[in-house]
Amino acid sequence: MNEIIRLETPLTQEKVKDLKVGDNVLISGVMYTGRDAAHKKMVEALGQGVDLPFAMKDQVIYFVGPTPAKEGQVIGSAGPTTSGRMDAYSPTLIAEGLTGMIGKGLRSSEVIEAMKKHGAVYFGAIGGAGALIAKRIVSAEVIAYPELGPEAVRRLVVKDFPVIVIIDHEGNNLYEIGKAQYSERPARVRE
Amino acid sequence: MKEILVGEIVTAVEKLCIEANYDLGSDIMAGFQQALKDERSPLGQEVLERLIENAEIAHQERVPMCQDTGMAVIFVSIGQDLHVVGGGLSEAINEGVRRGYALGYLRKSVVMDPFERANTGDNTPAVIHYDIVSGDFLRLVVAPKGFGSENMGGIKMCKPSEGLEGMMQFVVDTVDRAGGNPCPPIIVGVGVGGTMEKATILAKKSLLREVGQHNPQERLAKIEKELLDRVNRLGIGPQGFGGVTTALAVNLEVYPTHIAGMPVAVNIGCHATRHKEITLQGRAR
Repeated sequence: MNEIIRLETPLTQEKVKDLKVGDNVLISGVMYTGRDAAHKKMVEALGQGVDLPFAMKDQVIYFVGPTPAKEGQVIGSAGPTTSGRMDAYSPTLIAEGLTGMIGKGLRSSEVIEAMKKHGAVYFGAIGGAGALIAKRIVSAEVIAYPELGPEAVRRLVVKDFPVIVIIDHEGNNLYEIGKAQYSERPARVRE
Repeated sequence: MKEILVGEIVTAVEKLCIEANYDLGSDIMAGFQQALKDERSPLGQEVLERLIENAEIAHQERVPMCQDTGMAVIFVSIGQDLHVVGGGLSEAINEGVRRGYALGYLRKSVVMDPFERANTGDNTPAVIHYDIVSGDFLRLVVAPKGFGSENMGGIKMCKPSEGLEGMMQFVVDTVDRAGGNPCPPIIVGVGVGGTMEKATILAKKSLLREVGQHNPQERLAKIEKELLDRVNRLGIGPQGFGGVTTALAVNLEVYPTHIAGMPVAVNIGCHATRHKEITLQGRAR
């Protein structure tokens, strides 16, 4: 297990360069939420020259659609959703200055190329650990697209939010490295 | 002929929706504990520890273990000597889902039209499967299904010549392609035979089986063990971070099929494969 790295947002290029694949990171500070529907709206807004709900430069987007908060809760359960559904939109936002994405699951080669070109990191949060992750969220406020319900864009303040670097700015990919390390395909018959 | 009031069904479904999302099955918890002993990857071990902690928090604090509280899939076995009174059975089930998702603070994840995609706002309609059985009782199984895992399933209309090995290859390839997307460690549901839709329903139904319980037919249990071994050799591991625990179980169900075919369906359940059930007895009129 790698040593824990504490990271404060905004996620500047300097901080991006320091993060390596497999790093165990605790993030504190501001981040924003967004899923497919919000990404679609943001990319359309850019195309029309309309302002985004927040300036992308050095920001982190968490791919999540939480459950409704109970009384006394800041947010309901809030684990990551499958990132691949954002693949169509992420390269555009990365080009706008987005430096961090938090989700789960595989990314397309287009996303990874954009991350390498512009300097961005893809973090994994533990999928399905929504009750645990919610405890690291200090505040949550809907800032755009309230009509999307759980998919609205929220501004979160987090404290020690646990993630792993899955793909770093050089394109090193934990899904490939980790799998290769533990893969034991049955031995093939010798030719 | 006995009867049951729809109100009783509404209340039962409401309660099951909430319980399924708050209380992970003890079989899966036991599966996590066993995996923790077997897992060699330190990162994989840490993931498993956090999943156990997450399930404990959800149970103790009465919150959903995962934010994807699913589309409500409901298996109903209705005795042919039972009469439902006071309203429609499907309407009662959907009312139970509506109430459960509101009262339990569960996420409403259902859109009315697959193309226009406007949220129905109450997580209805449910997907309901009915079975008519003998007797005068009603059995309800509520299995909320998240789509991180649902999206990674697949079906192949195999040729009979592909045989057992072809079936196994398709299952392993489907899990391999899914990688970390369906939130491993997963439960792999496999349905073989019947027609296209029969194989798929068998695969879904097999996810209701307790982790660690094999198909009662020994030859099928043997195939399940072989598949579990092959899947866990892929190296995907907990959350796809690498490791030897990709699946906690592979559950296989089969059905007679046509001379010309061998449908194979794979339905993947995440580590939060949820299902709660109740049997309601009819009352004499």
